Amino acid sequence: MKMELDTAPFEQPVQPPLLRPKPPGKLKHYLTAAFLLLLVWGSSLQTDATFKELVEGLPNMLDLLREMFPPRWSYLDNIWQAMLETIRMALIGTTLGAFLAVPVALLCAGNLIKSRWITYPVRFLLNLVRTIPDLLLAAFFVAILGLGPLPGIFALSVFSLGLIAKLTYEALEAIDPGPLEAMTAVGANLAQLIVYGVVPQIRAHFASFTLYTFEINIRAAAVLGLVGAGGIGHYYEVTLGFFEYDKTCMIIIFTLVVVLVIDYLSTKLREKWI
Amino acid sequence: MSKSWNDVIPQPKKSRLRLLIYALLAVVYIWAFAGIPFSGIKETAGQVTKAIFTGLFSPDWDFVYLPGGEDLLRGLLDTLAISILGTVISALICIPFAFWAAANMSRTVFASGSGKTLLSLIRVFPEIVMALLFIKAVGPGSFAGVLALGLHSVGMLGKLFSEEVEQIDTGPTEALIAAGATRLQMVRFAVLPQVLPGFLSYILYRFEINLRSATILGVIGAGGIGTPLIFALSSRNWDRVGIILLGIIVMITVVDFISGSLRKKLV
Repeated sequence: MKMELDTAPFEQPVQPPLLRPKPPGKLKHYLTAAFLLLLVWGSSLQTDATFKELVEGLPNMLDLLREMFPPRWSYLDNIWQAMLETIRMALIGTTLGAFLAVPVALLCAGNLIKSRWITYPVRFLLNLVRTIPDLLLAAFFVAILGLGPLPGIFALSVFSLGLIAKLTYEALEAIDPGPLEAMTAVGANLAQLIVYGVVPQIRAHFASFTLYTFEINIRAAAVLGLVGAGGIGHYYEVTLGFFEYDKTCMIIIFTLVVVLVIDYLSTKLREKWI
Repeated sequence: MSKSWNDVIPQPKKSRLRLLIYALLAVVYIWAFAGIPFSGIKETAGQVTKAIFTGLFSPDWDFVYLPGGEDLLRGLLDTLAISILGTVISALICIPFAFWAAANMSRTVFASGSGKTLLSLIRVFPEIVMALLFIKAVGPGSFAGVLALGLHSVGMLGKLFSEEVEQIDTGPTEALIAAGATRLQMVRFAVLPQVLPGFLSYILYRFEINLRSATILGVIGAGGIGTPLIFALSSRNWDRVGIILLGIIVMITVVDFISGSLRKKLV
């Protein structure tokens, strides 16, 4: 049976006006993708990075891995002293940096210092310090102070100062203004405001940031020796220079273990604090 | 009537554990400070510092562009290229790792746990050491730096990506599974659209970090601006150190600004 409806004279429905907005054009995405591809292509030209080179380097890497294992366990006797020095450097560097960061963070906080003529320049200087990588700072301090752990400590202090001060001043700006307003209302001066209104609110954050920076500094301190700033990093050059890869492997394993243990302890402490 | 508030509100007790922690901290600090030789400062320290500051304020502008080879602009371009390529490589490598380590994408705890452990192992391996090993494998140059950054960044990016994947809304994935989608289709149409903005934002963030790392890779011979910098430092050419440092600071500030405003748009 044929459908009646098909033959019935139908009035063509009027095309309803488009209520839905048009989907956004894809052209922007394509252009972004093309730009990214161009960027990657240019970068690989600039760095001479080709697939061929990777394939050619692959056997070398396998050889290297083969020579690294098994690690020379007995080398531990030579390096544990240097590892202790690394931990010392990170500890002192973080502590000094944390002390120095307190006034800097206070000067950056817009809710404590009302004058923009103070906060903006201090923030600018802080950002400037933060652009310099730790190894570079260490290279500078080695040029000034000579070889040894002392330039490493200075470099880590400056680096920690930048990191802790930034994190702390951002936390400072987010504190509850209630207590501060109450204290201002009863006539507290800036020093009292900071001691009784700000410090109790920020203490736990500050401790947590300091521990976090300590974790980062342990990793940084382990490589500072490459530029002569003390710690275990110096032994990488010694062992790699003499092609003693099994010893290098021992250094790496030892560093990994120490970093993991300290990370674990620090994370536990931070969980308790916050 | 003279009841002081001090009687009403009990003073918090000082716990012994706290005292013990303070004592322990004191011992640790005494140990740390005792082991550092504070006497070994060179007498020339003041002089060198002065020389560095005069060098920083009178940079060697001629070094910005030299027609015949190693100059500031080419060094910075090299550094930028190393960090771009390293970031792109790691972003590609870490996507499978992220899904491996995400707890809601695998059926057993063992699978995601092993992925997380592997990622944290990669993360604690310093990139400088990785670069040292890659230099031994592929020879000194930018390529070793690219490989080191590409491999090291997988640790952090993989972790952040997997956390992003763990936070997705399960509604769309369940709907697609109910409609009979395969696993791949589910990832393509339900997971990917949710995680893509987060992924891109993390990639940009990691790019900022990689740019800082790339400036120091040259110190050990893995390409970029670090090589001329360390030469200038060891030959005490402070004017040149000044211009290189200035170049690094300007480049990092500009890239941070661009990347930061892009990230604000994404999230």
